[in-house]
Amino acid sequence: MVKVYIPLDMAAVAMGADRLAAAVAQEAAARGETVEIVRNGSRGMLWLEPLIEVETPAGRVGYGPAKVKDVASLFDAGFLTGGAHLLNIGIVDEHPWMKKQNRVTFVRCGVIDPLSVAEYEAHEGFKGLTRAFEIGPAAVVEEVTKSGLRGRGGAGFPTGIKWKTVADCPPGQKYVVVNADEGDSGTFADRMIMEGDPLSLIEGMLICGYAVGASKGYVYLRSEYPIVAKVFQAAIEKALEAGWLGKNIKGSGFDFDVELRIGAGAYVCGEETSLLESLEGKRGIVRAKPPLPAHVGLFGKPTVINNVLSMATIPMIMEKGAKHYADLGVGRSRGTMPLQIAGNVKYGGLFETDFGIPLGVVVNEIGGGSRSGRPVRAVQVGGPLGAYVPVSLFDLPIDYEAFAAKDSLIGHGGLVVFDDTVDMSWMARFGMEFCAIESCGKCTPCRLGSTRGVETIDKIRNGMDVDANIALLKDLCHTMKFGSLCALGGFAPYPVESALRHFPEDFRKPALEAAE
Amino acid sequence: MSGAAQYSDERAREIIAAHMGLEGPAMPILHALQKEFGYVPDAAVKEMAEALNISRAEMHGVVTFYHDFHRAPHGRHTLKICRAESCQSMGAERQARAFLDKLKLDWGGTTPDGALSVEPVYCLGLCAHSPSALYDGEPIGRVDAEMLDEIAAEARD
Ligand SMILES: Cc1cc2nc3c(=O)[nH]c(=O)nc-3n(C[C@H](O)[C@H](O)[C@H](O)COP(=O)(O)O)c2cc1C
Ligand code: SF4
Ligand code: FES
Repeated sequence: MVKVYIPLDMAAVAMGADRLAAAVAQEAAARGETVEIVRNGSRGMLWLEPLIEVETPAGRVGYGPAKVKDVASLFDAGFLTGGAHLLNIGIVDEHPWMKKQNRVTFVRCGVIDPLSVAEYEAHEGFKGLTRAFEIGPAAVVEEVTKSGLRGRGGAGFPTGIKWKTVADCPPGQKYVVVNADEGDSGTFADRMIMEGDPLSLIEGMLICGYAVGASKGYVYLRSEYPIVAKVFQAAIEKALEAGWLGKNIKGSGFDFDVELRIGAGAYVCGEETSLLESLEGKRGIVRAKPPLPAHVGLFGKPTVINNVLSMATIPMIMEKGAKHYADLGVGRSRGTMPLQIAGNVKYGGLFETDFGIPLGVVVNEIGGGSRSGRPVRAVQVGGPLGAYVPVSLFDLPIDYEAFAAKDSLIGHGGLVVFDDTVDMSWMARFGMEFCAIESCGKCTPCRLGSTRGVETIDKIRNGMDVDANIALLKDLCHTMKFGSLCALGGFAPYPVESALRHFPEDFRKPALEAAE
Repeated sequence: MSGAAQYSDERAREIIAAHMGLEGPAMPILHALQKEFGYVPDAAVKEMAEALNISRAEMHGVVTFYHDFHRAPHGRHTLKICRAESCQSMGAERQARAFLDKLKLDWGGTTPDGALSVEPVYCLGLCAHSPSALYDGEPIGRVDAEMLDEIAAEARD
C-alpha cells in the first residue's frame, strides 16, 4: 500500500486540501489502487499547498500546488511511484527551501501523522520528558535556563527564569497555561505546530508541569482556528489512551491533565493577564503587574504562562541538552526562530532558522521578493504592534537586541511584506484603528489615545494643518508608549512612528497633490 | 448559521449545568449557548448569572466584551473577511469594501433576507495566502471578487 500525505493544515485546507484528499481517494478506488492517505501537518512551503507527498523508496516525492483537476493526470503520470509531472518538486527533504533551514521546533511538523503517538515516539517523541523524569524537576529548570530559550510570544523573557519563579513557590495547586491566542497578523507558527505536531506541545506542557509542580494545564486557543481545536482535542485523547497524560504517567508518579479552552475573538486576550481573566470567565481586561502570574496567576495560583512555540521547543531542548540549543543563534538570541513569511511575497511559509539571518535575505532570497513582482517597500515585523522596516534596513539580523536598537521588534516572528503600492499613512491609521477596536479599555492612553490617533491621522491624510497634526500625533504616540498599562497601547505607536520616520512622504500626499 | 434551535430557558439551563463542573465555566458555556441558539439571548444571560452566582450586569459585561458573541439572531451564514495587515498587503481592504458596497452592507451587517452576515476578522493565520476569509467555519485562501460573489449567491440558496 502506498502512503500518500495530504495536509490537514488550515492553510492547505483553505487552498482545497480536503477536496483534494477526497478526490485522490475516489480516483484511487476507481483505478483499483490501494493508497493510505495520511493527513499530516504542513512542511511550511505554503505557496506549494496543497502539497501531496508520496512515499517512495528514494524518499517522499512532492507534488504541488495540486488541485482536484490535477488528480487524474497525477495518476496517469504514475505519481504513486514518484512519476514525472509538471507539479513534481522532487524529494521534499531535498528541496532548497527545506535544506536552508534548521528545524528544531518544527522537526516533525509535516513529517509525521500528527495524531499517531507511535509515530511521534518513533521520531524521538517523549524522549525529552523521559529524560526530565530521570534528572528531576530542579535540573529541568536549570537545563531550560541554560538553553537560553526566550519566550517566543513576543516579549522574549527568559523561559527558565519564569519557570524557576513558579517552581520556587510553595507546593500546592499550580497551573501551566499555554498561550495559543496567536492574534498577530502574519503569524501562523502556533497554528501549524498544533495542527502538525500537537504532541510536542503536550510533551512541553508535561515537562513544564513536572518541573514546577503543576498537575493541570490549560491551552487557550483563539476561536479563529477551528482545525487546531479538532486536532488538538484529538491529540489530548490519544495521549491519554497511550498513558502520556492522566494519573501516574508511565509509572513516574507524576499526574497531569491538559484542557483546551477557546477564546472569543478578542486580540487583547493574548496578553497574559487578560488571557487569565478570560480563562476565569471574566472580561478579558488586563491586570496590573505585580503581582506576576508566576506568583498570583490563574485562579490566584502560581502559573507558568508560555507561548506555544516556547513550550513546543522544550522537548527538543530536554532531549538534546541545553548546550546543543544554546550553541545556535547570535548574542542573547539563542536557538532558532520559526519565521513566518507572509503578505505580498512569492514564497510565503514557515522557515525555521538560527537567529542572526539578515532580514533582507529572508524577504528576498527565501521569500523570493514580492508576489506582485513590484519592488518591496516595507516589511512589518512582529505583528500589528511591530514596526514597519524599510528596505534600507534589510541588513538587520533577526536578533531581539538588533531590532530593539532600531526601535523595532521581532515579536512572534511574523514578517508581512508590502510592495511599493502601499500607502504608509493608511497603514499607520489602520494600526491606530486596530488598537481602538481591540483596546480592553482599562487605561486612558490606549482607550482614548487610539481613537484620537485615528482622527489625527485622518486630518493629516486630508492635508489639514499637516505639520501641527504630525507633531500632535508624535506627542500622542509618546503618551501611549509611556502611559499605557500593557503593550497593546504601549506598542501601538511602533507601526505609526516607524511609518512616520521611514516613509514621511506618505503623510504629505494630499498637500502635494493639492499643490499640483 | 443555519439550524439554530429555538430558545428555551430549560434548554439553556441544561447547557449551563453540563459545564458547571469546569473551573471557570463561563466561556465554554457561552460558546455552547451560541452554538445551540445561534446567538446568546438575554434570557440565557440571566440564567447564567444565576447559575454562576454573579450579577446580571457582570454577566452582560462578559458577553459584550468578546467580538464573537452575538446578542441577537444572526444571518443564516457568516462570512468573515480578514482585514489585517497581511491581507491588506494583497488588496483585501479595497476588495472587501467593494463587496460590502455591492451588498449595501457595512461591516457586521446582515443582508435583508437574513441569509448572510459579513464580519471583519483580524487575521486567520492564512497570511501566506492573503487575502483570506472564513465562510461558515471553512477557510478560504487567495480570495478574489468572483469568489466573494459566489459565496453571496450560495448563501441566498
Ligand atoms: C496585546 C497583547 C497581545 C499578545 N498576544 C499574544 C499571543 O497571541 N500569544 C502569545 O504567546 N503571547 C502574546 N502576548 C504576550 C504575552 O503577554 C506573554 O508575554 C507571552 O504569552 C508569554 O509567553 P512566552 O514567555 O513564552 O513568550 C501578547 C501581549 C500583548 C500585550
Ligand atoms: S494599554 Fe489598552 S489593552 Fe492594555 S490595559 Fe490599557 S486599555 Fe487595556
Ligand atoms: S492577515 Fe489576513 S489571514 Fe493573517
